[in-house]
Amino acid sequence: MSEESYNSTELMACVASRIFEDKKSVLVGTGLPIVCAVLAQKTHAPNLLIVFEAGGVGPQIPVIPISVGDSRTACRAVMATGMDYVMSAAQAGYIDYGMLGAAQIDPYGNINTTVIGPYDKPKVRLPGSGGGNDVGSLTWRQIITMQQDSRKFVEKLDFLTTPGFLGSPLGREKAGLPKGTGPYRVVTQLGVMGFEPGSGRMMLISTHPGVSVGQIRENTGFRLIIPDRVAVTEPPTSEELRILRTEIDPSGIVLGKRRGQQEAPARPVVARTPPPA
Amino acid sequence: MSLKLVDRGKGELLGWHDPDEMRKWVAENKSRELKDKRMSVSAAVAKFVHDGDLIAMGGFGHDRISMVSVYEMIRQKKRHLVLAGKTAVHDSDLLIAGGCVDKVEVAYAFGHELRGLSPASRRAVETGRVQIAGEISNAGYQWRFKAAAEGLPFLPCRVMLGSDTFNYSSSIMVEDPFSKGLICLVPACYPDVVIIHVHRSDMYGNCQIDGITIEDLELARAARRLIITTEEIIPNDRIRAEPCHTSIPFFFVDAVVEAPYGCHPGNMPGLYYFDEEHIGEWLSVSKTQEGVDSYLAKYVYEVKDFRDYIRLIGGEEKMKRLAALDSIGNRPAASAQGDDNR
Repeated sequence: MSEESYNSTELMACVASRIFEDKKSVLVGTGLPIVCAVLAQKTHAPNLLIVFEAGGVGPQIPVIPISVGDSRTACRAVMATGMDYVMSAAQAGYIDYGMLGAAQIDPYGNINTTVIGPYDKPKVRLPGSGGGNDVGSLTWRQIITMQQDSRKFVEKLDFLTTPGFLGSPLGREKAGLPKGTGPYRVVTQLGVMGFEPGSGRMMLISTHPGVSVGQIRENTGFRLIIPDRVAVTEPPTSEELRILRTEIDPSGIVLGKRRGQQEAPARPVVARTPPPA
Repeated sequence: MSLKLVDRGKGELLGWHDPDEMRKWVAENKSRELKDKRMSVSAAVAKFVHDGDLIAMGGFGHDRISMVSVYEMIRQKKRHLVLAGKTAVHDSDLLIAGGCVDKVEVAYAFGHELRGLSPASRRAVETGRVQIAGEISNAGYQWRFKAAAEGLPFLPCRVMLGSDTFNYSSSIMVEDPFSKGLICLVPACYPDVVIIHVHRSDMYGNCQIDGITIEDLELARAARRLIITTEEIIPNDRIRAEPCHTSIPFFFVDAVVEAPYGCHPGNMPGLYYFDEEHIGEWLSVSKTQEGVDSYLAKYVYEVKDFRDYIRLIGGEEKMKRLAALDSIGNRPAASAQGDDNR
């Protein structure tokens, strides 16, 4: 354990990366998801199969790619192919995890990355689904990383871009989505959330060090299920931070410049921009 | 027995043609002759890109994109294009900012991946200058092109179900007669014109692509007209010496344009990485219309040709630096990760 300071993006990266098991596969999108997957590969999950929607399969990534389709996504890969191949493999059940970002999320883990405000007259036009809907539809388990506040954690989305549990645990199956799939964890700057099996609704699992359950409630715009026992997240280790800062993102493009403070804000571009997948 | 229609998205159906009409069009319009198709970028754009066309750009928005043709379309003041926003990043941002685009079908658009949102195209869509034809997912779009490539009217898939992305798409939901579950049918999409940038092509249009192919193998075959821009023109003998390396064969291709560094400031895998300095300049100045105008004046309207543009952005010296950046991804394993054991 380390006494080192870290910013909230570094914390989210470490916490999300630990969710991945070794010898599983993950379809990742731009930004923080790549950082999480590469960190897992460089720590506890050396055989994590990283797959990019644009066609990079099984790369060993030296430095974070800027695009999910750039040169680095095929670095020391086992295959350089295309989107049809990768998405078909996901549709056939070969991809265990998917990683998503979001501008809004609802209690069932449904995600909006399309518009803020009315669709026909949007306040903010976001990039749309990209590969997000595909990742959310076709991978077995989805991990969502995003900033948590009551404007982003909402009872009703402005637009349902990517399905979570829709409105009930069987919602996905009824809609025709592959059986046994769905959102698994939501990792924010405040804590880690999962989903209650009986209802498909979001449930608190752990709070990050120094964060209270009350703070989480205040930053959630819907009724979050709070179980009797809520764990405290293990903080990043010095080894995780070293790898993040010196190997994966030395220029701070995703993790932000270091400020030596725990509450240093993440670079806004990462928090606000939903990835294409 | 017929398929039971369950739901239909309200997005505009773009680029769909009856398979038999397309077969007839192909028979009459796509030459199977092995002939020299080399021409200048201005000739190719003048001949094959028409105002109002549905256009799809190859590559991945800022990876292996044909910027040389994007600049040329802006220079020739192409108008009212309908854009396949199939991961529309830098290429589309410039086309939209250049006033060429009226409408976009969106899988991914108005964003710049890790760099944030694209100010110029966001302004265009939020003020209504650019209309949205509908939504779709990346896989869904790519399967629309695949359906077209295969000469089929549609392709079934298991994405978009249960979402507003479906509700605003041009897809149809039916009960699958085999599994009895619901399934999404994405309609074939034949763009009027597709422009793909490749590593190498011979004069006939036999193309080699290094690295990931994204959705270009499907797009090339879905295209009614296909312009290839290429880093290098190679002899036909080299194609024939390694036919397993051919990504696109000549009979889908209508024009071949030689354009070294034609993807700048994008990333051309294996050759050069992003020019972040230049992209940063664009994202910064494009926050205002005046900034857009001065950028286009400097880099599009007032340059003689693409060579002149490359000189302006820093010439060979700049491109060498970008090549060195790209090779980070090509080195043997840098860290001791026990690679030999895996």
